[in-house]
Order: sequence, then C-alpha cells, then structure tokens
Amino acid sequence: MQMNTTAVRSSEAILETNKLIKNTYILLSMTLLFSGVTAFISVLMQVSQGIGLVSSLVGIGLLWFVLPRTQNSSAGIPVIFGITGLLGFGLGPMLSYYLSVNPSIVMTAMGGTGAIFLGLSGYALSTRKDFSFMGGFIAVGMLVAIGAMLLNLFLGIPALALAVSAAVIMLMSGFILYQTSAMIHGGETNYISATAGLFISILNIFTSLLHILGAFGGDD
Amino acid sequence: MDWMKILSAVALIAMIIYLYPRAKAMAANSPKGSMQDWMGYIVPMAAVILFIILLISLV
Repeated sequence: MQMNTTAVRSSEAILETNKLIKNTYILLSMTLLFSGVTAFISVLMQVSQGIGLVSSLVGIGLLWFVLPRTQNSSAGIPVIFGITGLLGFGLGPMLSYYLSVNPSIVMTAMGGTGAIFLGLSGYALSTRKDFSFMGGFIAVGMLVAIGAMLLNLFLGIPALALAVSAAVIMLMSGFILYQTSAMIHGGETNYISATAGLFISILNIFTSLLHILGAFGGDD
Repeated sequence: MDWMKILSAVALIAMIIYLYPRAKAMAANSPKGSMQDWMGYIVPMAAVILFIILLISLV
C-alpha cells in the first residue's frame, strides 16, 4: 500500500516537473522573442546610451522588487514581459554600435549564446545531475564580478573588462546548469522565476560574448 | 565624470548591496560538492571555452 502511494506520488512529481520544464521553456521562448522585438525597435529608433541604461535599470528594478511579489499569480506574466522587454530595449545602443562596426559579430554572438544555452540545458536535462552545490560559488562569483566591474568603471582597463566578461560567461553557464537542475530536482517550482533566471543568464552570456568577440574581432 | 558613469556605479553598488546577504546565505546553505560533482561542471565549461575560441576564430 505504501509502495503504491510512493509510486503515485513519484509519478505526480515527474508530471509536475515535466509541466514546470515545458511552461518555463515556452515562456522563455516568448520572452526572448519579445525582447528581440524591443531590441530591434530600440536599434531602429537609434536610442541613446542614456535611455538604454535607464531602460535596463527600470527592468532590473522590476526584477528585484515587483517580480518576487507577483510571480505566484497571473500578474507575474505581464511583469516578466515588462522586464524582458525593457532589458531588450536597453540593449539597443550596444547592438547599434556592434552592427555599425561588424554585423557578423552580433549574429555570431546570438548563435553562440543559443548554442551554449541549448548545449548546457541538454546536458543538465539528459544527465539529471544535481548542481545545487554550485549555488554559493555562483552567488559569490557574481559579487566578485560586479565588484570588478565597479572597479573597472574608474580604472578603464580593457584586459580587466575582458576577464570580467569571460568570468560572467562561466558563471552564467553554471547558473543555467544550476537552474535547470533545480527545476528537475524540485529546488525551483515556479516557472516565472525560473524563466527570469534563465533569461538573465542568456542576456548576460550574449552581452559578454558580444564584448569578447568585438575585442578579438579587432574592432573594439 | 559623466552622469552615466555615476548612474552605472550607483547601480553596481546597489547590486552588491542587494546580492550580498543572498550570496552569504547561499554560500552558507549550499551543499558541498564532491570532486566528481565539480567535474560535472568543469567538463561542460571546457567545452564552452573551446566553443568560444572557435567563435573568436570565425569573426
């Protein structure tokens, strides 16, 4: 009797996990598409760096202060679209710059980011490894990376900027493994917050890859 | 120093203040990974590094 109950619970848990993964990837695809549209609009409008920065900061503000209060209700859906739309719009000035220098860099960074995300998600989903041990490493690593970004804002050392970009790619790649594993093993049960985490990872990998390719492409 | 640099610096400081308690809690509460667990991270990261080197050679 107990074995039957365990088997029913286990199959229910598997169904819940599959539903969570499916909903997360559907919402992630839609938000990525939406942020692509807003980024395209931003490029067309030739938005200034200042407006791009303010748009990104408003998006981060929504992510920190509004999403945690709305992610357990349907109100979380427009909020996540607002966040991703604003962050996409904020990318406009950077994209305009790289498109004017060498358009192939943007396409390569986009394709590269997609391949990294699909590869890592596939790895985490197929191996079903538990990456929960990486939480502290990623969080502390991000703090160090943000500290280095702050320092380099005043120092302006190109090599440090590249090192930070490389570190962010490694940390965000780790976060994709961590978040995907959390969805599989029950550490993450909300598809809106899972989408937000994966979206931020993809965005950070894309911008860092763009920076690295721009520098090594000889045009930065 | 222009206003964008100041705004960026304020935003980065805010990020550190926002993330610090969470990072501290995560570092304290995360389970410790074995050597085998870490290899599960290092191997795909090596693949990511090689892939980025390939992308750099393409642009």
